[in-house]
Amino acid sequence: MGKEKKIRVLAAKPGLDGHDRGVKVVASALMDAGMEVVYTGLRQTPSQIVESAIQEDVDVIAMSILSGAHDYLFPKVMELLGEKGVDDILVLGGGIIPDEDIPALKEAGIAAVFGPGTTTTEIIDYIKGNVN
Amino acid sequence: MTEHTGHEDLQAALKRWSEGVEKKLSKRPERKAEFVNTSGIPVERLYTPLDGADSSYLSEVGFPGEYPFTRGVQPTMFRGRYWTMRQYAGFATAEESNRRYRFLLDQGQTGLSVAFDLPTQIGYDSDNEMAIGEVGKVGVAIDSLEDMETLFNKIPLDKVSTSMTINAPAAVLLAMYIAVAEKQGVSADKLRGTIQNDILKEYSSRGTYIYPPKPSMRIITDIFSYCAENIPLWNSISISGYHIREAGSTAVQEVAFTLANGIAYVQAALEAGLNVDIFGPRLSFFFNAHSDFLEEIAKYRAARRLWAGIMKERFKARNPKSMMIRFHTQTAGCTLTAPQPKNNIVRVAFQAMAAVLGGTQSLHTNSMDEALCLPSEEAVQIALRTQQLIAYETGVTDTVDPLAGSYYLENLTNEIYERAAAYIKKIDELGGAAEAIEKGFIQREIQDSAYKYQREIEQEERIVVGVNRFQVEEEKPTNLLRVDPTVRTSQIERLKKLRSERDDAVVGKCLSDLKQRAEGDHNLIPLMLEAVKAYATLGEICDVLREIFGEYQQVNTLG
Repeated sequence: MGKEKKIRVLAAKPGLDGHDRGVKVVASALMDAGMEVVYTGLRQTPSQIVESAIQEDVDVIAMSILSGAHDYLFPKVMELLGEKGVDDILVLGGGIIPDEDIPALKEAGIAAVFGPGTTTTEIIDYIKGNVN
Repeated sequence: MTEHTGHEDLQAALKRWSEGVEKKLSKRPERKAEFVNTSGIPVERLYTPLDGADSSYLSEVGFPGEYPFTRGVQPTMFRGRYWTMRQYAGFATAEESNRRYRFLLDQGQTGLSVAFDLPTQIGYDSDNEMAIGEVGKVGVAIDSLEDMETLFNKIPLDKVSTSMTINAPAAVLLAMYIAVAEKQGVSADKLRGTIQNDILKEYSSRGTYIYPPKPSMRIITDIFSYCAENIPLWNSISISGYHIREAGSTAVQEVAFTLANGIAYVQAALEAGLNVDIFGPRLSFFFNAHSDFLEEIAKYRAARRLWAGIMKERFKARNPKSMMIRFHTQTAGCTLTAPQPKNNIVRVAFQAMAAVLGGTQSLHTNSMDEALCLPSEEAVQIALRTQQLIAYETGVTDTVDPLAGSYYLENLTNEIYERAAAYIKKIDELGGAAEAIEKGFIQREIQDSAYKYQREIEQEERIVVGVNRFQVEEEKPTNLLRVDPTVRTSQIERLKKLRSERDDAVVGKCLSDLKQRAEGDHNLIPLMLEAVKAYATLGEICDVLREIFGEYQQVNTLG
């Protein structure tokens, strides 16, 4: 990472889920930690998320789902990133994600999954440690 | 003037006592330098009769069943009958949800509460591309009247009251409910229940909006008017603070933003020419039961007094029923923890007790596993038993508003009342709730509170048992309830079959009539009823209105 270049993050809400408390708290914490955060707002399709990520030239996509649709939507985002030839974005998932679903999400390319009770510090540290 | 003399004695005695305590503090300090509740209201060491000395019992507290309703909306409260025990439930298909409802009714539940999946809540059929991954996940998938018939199969709609958490397409689901009842031989005037129908908090807190505010408010006032004429026992709206609180607000903000939304609905209805004392008595409310026990009880009491004053003074209601907050309560989902999930049983019990002591009319108690997944049958049974324990074993239901007169509780009730009233004044200055949401004011207030709450947990200023203290190593839970992933496929099959069997010409006519009416200003509900009876789908009906009304674009309040 270049000197003083700020980490850019796309905070995204894929699907129809309207629970945005978590994503907004995380986005605020990331901004306070010196990152630049672009928030997509609610109801983003996977292709809208991939478009925004490319357009905004982000280092990280942080997606949140509490509705249970992660098993379709997270891998779909990875698939579309692959189609666009994007492989240098760190993609994270959060929300209510059962533990038994995590291996398949990681298999699909989600770098880490943060569930209920995760502190914002853990997420900040993870991003700082894993963005090249 | 004996009372005045008494206060002087008391003031002197309190001074002596306080000085004595202060002297000992250096040796035995208190746990914190200052105590503050979740709304930021300072909590004093001790409250005495001096704290309520300026208030008038008759005008501010009064009697239950009488203005300003601080002590409750009925004169006998739970001595007459208990609150309605109503567990929010629904997932996967209509068949599966119907089974869960009949289980709950068998277990002694006294009302139904329907959870719809997100595509239904946003007006998409299960075969819409936007619905992929979401069908049947957070509630039941309803595409047409056919699904609704299955959902209430063998449940007599003249015997149960049903609450439906549905907002943007509330009118369509209400029409389906009326149509199912008709098929059961139950006329609309016998139906009891509630539709949430509260779009303003969808914009600010919950996210299942479809249309922009103006046409949305028009549909809402159409519903008020239709219900008043045809379904007099139906609650035409449930003005909801629950989701505002879940999104992170404080207790004071919950009261203020909910009542500010209420004011906007009343104003819209008056502008549509409705009579406040006709629709006013059918407005119902929905609050959260969070963890600060006394703050929550005071919150319900303050909300009742504040709304009563708004309806009487501001809107000139004459009928006392228009001034009453009748409310449903749900324990706070956001306080449930994934670690040590059994602790949640205890959290829920305290929260439920606060709701009962606060005089709720109906109650949902969360299940211990809800931080992880949809509730299992065993978990939901314990949650329901928690309510039954409070009702039948604890004795708190035998006298009305038993905590009234507590120096602290009355003081706190006044504090919440004052602070919420100040917020409402601020929202009035911004042009009302819809404007305040458009300006992002309400969203920012909520998200700032949510962020503050999270920081307090991370800095251990706020302790959450099992999360930032008293943690244990534990096995990850298994056997979580999961929705069958084939639900979407089976819903799509049903839709295909429905579309091939129904009379498309009738459906087309209904939809074009509806479209035409949406362009004018006549009541939309009768035509929606015709359309659902012809088996037009939810998505088809909502799409027609999307064409005329357009879709809402969220305000970005981050950064």
